[in-house]
Amino acid sequence: MLKISKERLNELYEKISEIRCLYIPIKKAGEVNYAVWGEGKEVSLETLKTVKSPKSAFFPQSENLMKFKTEGKNIEIVDVREKLGEKIDERPLVLFGVKACDYKAIEVLDKVFLSDPVDTYYQMRRESTTIVTLACGKPEESCFCKAFGIDATAPQGDVTTWLDENNLYWQANTEKGEALTALVKDLLVEGGEAEVAAQQEAVKVIIDNLPFSNLDLSKFKPENLNELFDAPEWEEMSEACLGCGTCTFVCPTCQCFDIRDVKTRDGIIRFRCWDSCMYSDFTLMAHGNSRTTQMQRFRQRFMHKLVYYPSQNDGLYSCVGCGRCVNKCPQKLNIVKVVKKLGGKAND
Amino acid sequence: MIEETLIPKVGVITDIRKDTPDVKTFRVVGTDGKKLFKHMPGQCAMVSIPGVGECMFSITSSPTNEEYMEFSIKKCGCVTEVLHALEVGAQVTVRGPYGKNFPVEGDFKGKDLLFIAGGIGLAPLRSVINYVRHYRENYGKVVIVYGARSKDDLVDIEEIQTEWVNEPNTEVYLTIDRPQEGWDGHVGFVPAYVKELGLNPNMTAVLCGPPIMIKFTLAGLLELGFDKSRVYTTLELRMKCGVGKCGRCNVGDKFVCKDGPVFRMTELDELPDEY
Amino acid sequence: MKDVELKMLERAKELLANGEVARVVGWKKGDFCYDPSPAVFETVEELDEFVYDYFCGANLSKYLINICKKEGKTAVFLKPCDTYSFNQLVKEHRINRENVYVIAVECMAKLDIEKMKAQGAEFVMGVEVVDKEVKAFSPYGEKTFYKPDVVLTKCATCEKTHQVKDEEIILHERPARDVNRFAEVEALEAMTEDERFAFWRSQLSKCIRCNACRNVCPACSCVKCVFDNPNSGVAAKANDDKFEEQLFHIIRAFHVAGRCTDCGECSRVCPQNIPLHLLNRKYIKDIDGLYGEYQAGETADGKTPLTSYTEADAEPKDVFGEVK
Repeated sequence: MLKISKERLNELYEKISEIRCLYIPIKKAGEVNYAVWGEGKEVSLETLKTVKSPKSAFFPQSENLMKFKTEGKNIEIVDVREKLGEKIDERPLVLFGVKACDYKAIEVLDKVFLSDPVDTYYQMRRESTTIVTLACGKPEESCFCKAFGIDATAPQGDVTTWLDENNLYWQANTEKGEALTALVKDLLVEGGEAEVAAQQEAVKVIIDNLPFSNLDLSKFKPENLNELFDAPEWEEMSEACLGCGTCTFVCPTCQCFDIRDVKTRDGIIRFRCWDSCMYSDFTLMAHGNSRTTQMQRFRQRFMHKLVYYPSQNDGLYSCVGCGRCVNKCPQKLNIVKVVKKLGGKAND
Repeated sequence: MIEETLIPKVGVITDIRKDTPDVKTFRVVGTDGKKLFKHMPGQCAMVSIPGVGECMFSITSSPTNEEYMEFSIKKCGCVTEVLHALEVGAQVTVRGPYGKNFPVEGDFKGKDLLFIAGGIGLAPLRSVINYVRHYRENYGKVVIVYGARSKDDLVDIEEIQTEWVNEPNTEVYLTIDRPQEGWDGHVGFVPAYVKELGLNPNMTAVLCGPPIMIKFTLAGLLELGFDKSRVYTTLELRMKCGVGKCGRCNVGDKFVCKDGPVFRMTELDELPDEY
Repeated sequence: MKDVELKMLERAKELLANGEVARVVGWKKGDFCYDPSPAVFETVEELDEFVYDYFCGANLSKYLINICKKEGKTAVFLKPCDTYSFNQLVKEHRINRENVYVIAVECMAKLDIEKMKAQGAEFVMGVEVVDKEVKAFSPYGEKTFYKPDVVLTKCATCEKTHQVKDEEIILHERPARDVNRFAEVEALEAMTEDERFAFWRSQLSKCIRCNACRNVCPACSCVKCVFDNPNSGVAAKANDDKFEEQLFHIIRAFHVAGRCTDCGECSRVCPQNIPLHLLNRKYIKDIDGLYGEYQAGETADGKTPLTSYTEADAEPKDVFGEVK
């Protein structure tokens, strides 16, 4: 294991930024989100839950897919991917400070975007990115990653790091991780096993005592699909839902998108952007809408995370217990309340 | 250019046929004059007019047609409105094929086939019917029941009356909702007509049309003794990507674009009622 | 606060039990002390989950647009600021007044858990409020906050009093306040144009277009929002470019100008904590200056400055100076 003192982290960021694009939690106008590091930026590694999850590194909120040049009746399609850098950066990405829940969420997204047919936009970024994860030092009451079998004290990734008052501890896990380590090796020194072990032990005790850590998900199985779908509780649970997209957009696993065209002076741009199944026009067609009520839309989101997605992906839930929806829903509706109401009991 | 499913091909409209007051059939080839891609009956494609939008349509022409593809499109929204205003020679973009096809090389083989369509619902069935006609010896008897609001709303009536009715071992029954001058055929709704015809329940049935027609026709077929596992239909939901990623056409653990649009009635029974 | 809650619960039970109303709109308990949700109660049993405390900040008035269309009368608990939104919705014919039974309740300024966390609160399992002191209890111990530092932004400068008194009112002693709700707007006005632009750029660039501000806003009661209408030409789900973030919020502020009661829900719900209320408050301040003091939602009838014409109305030159 290697380590670097906290005071020297800026040197580490600088070194990485020399040849890579460092995407890291940065505080701006009071809120912490992943953004490209630069001189003078306020890094906030300790922030447990960035408002937006790191998914935007691979799946930005909006991205151009292609451009059409039209002349008379003729259409020419221009691939704009070489210019993807406009949205983030052209250098290969280093995604730094990813918490265990968010790292697991990338696995959830991979199963969507990298399954046949591969989404090459996502793939290009995903494959060129080195992910540096950060173990959680102080999980909070809205965290419930343990319920999904995630160990917040030992996240995977190309490099795993731990942070305490004095140092950042560093352990490469993959070839990509070794390559990144080689790049910054002059800044790292040996040591830290004992400190990391001590932190892990202490944090595990906190996690075990979190109110949602033992959330019981046993009811959410493919064979209960129709029973859960027909549960009368949806009506009551969704009553206060505003139909906004907050839960969807802060969620690290939500991946629904819209594709739209916009006319510009330089041709027609076809772009995709995040969309939300909570929105009333999500399923609207010229001749009808398969989900006309907010109850149906609310149900779709949670059924997808807890039943539909697992049923398509060998039981893997499309929720990682990051707790962002618990913190951010304007009316305090969230997946924990849904799980509890529909039969799962939280051990609190 | 990297092979990417979301990036379409450019297609040229080489023919436009006005089938009914609000349905036109567009013939499309690539810019090289050749067919854009191969497909199977029941599969769909995303057709788009850049700047307006992209929509999923079933490919109406048979895969056995090696020269071009056809799309029968009803004018009912933003994109279709602009499509209907296009002229021969105009370019559109096309990507596909998407979805599961009818099991023409599987369960349909050697079976007696019953096709029931209502209105524009004929679009996906035309592909499979013409495929079956092309490989006629692989299938048993074919019965086609097709209805529309009026005689003017029957899509592809020319092909039906000149070709399909003359096909060996094939019966074609047409009906319109209300009596109309110049129509001496059957009058009445499709579900009622299906029951009247007293069809052989051992046939494999394919239904396509408005949801209300499907619902009542299916009830009629079950009354006649048809087995749900041998009744097929197609679903239509909002789609954007066509490959099961954008999340729009998700019903239960299925994506209509990828796992459908063709479904057996028994499969639909297992899905939550939200389509 | 507990006494107010008990009175409310008692009234809710009575109203449901004797059939005076078919449902009661209030708040129900969450998993923590700080996450109650708006809720509709239809039976006395359901009221077991009823709660009214320092975290019931949500404005319930907009829910009535849909709920008042249901069969039977609906009772609703409205805090002082919520009564303005309610009046405004009645004025705009969005709520059928006859189907609603209003119980006005004291507010006493609601707490903002995010502010408490930002000031060091961890794992808050309970709070106790005595005057201007907020004690937060957690497994890590007890922490005390100065209440004005941890109330919801919308409560920090609120001087509103109940504007619906027809049915009943549950009051509580209320400390007198001396606040200037336009102080932040004045600070922005004092900035140079560049400074102000930089301020809004940095705030609005955080926007994720989740539409929470719009969907919670009682003044945003359009059945179909122009930003959702594909035929409008401006429909969008993401900010295409830097300009659009501003466009969305500024258009929205314009659209609710003169109707915004300053309930502050937009800022409460924003996941990125953008101070959206300041846009609306700027318009309120300008309207006050140009047309005389006006508070939307003070009454459910009467004329409004932006929708009625008088010869004394401000001319463009009053705002922009003489045009040469």
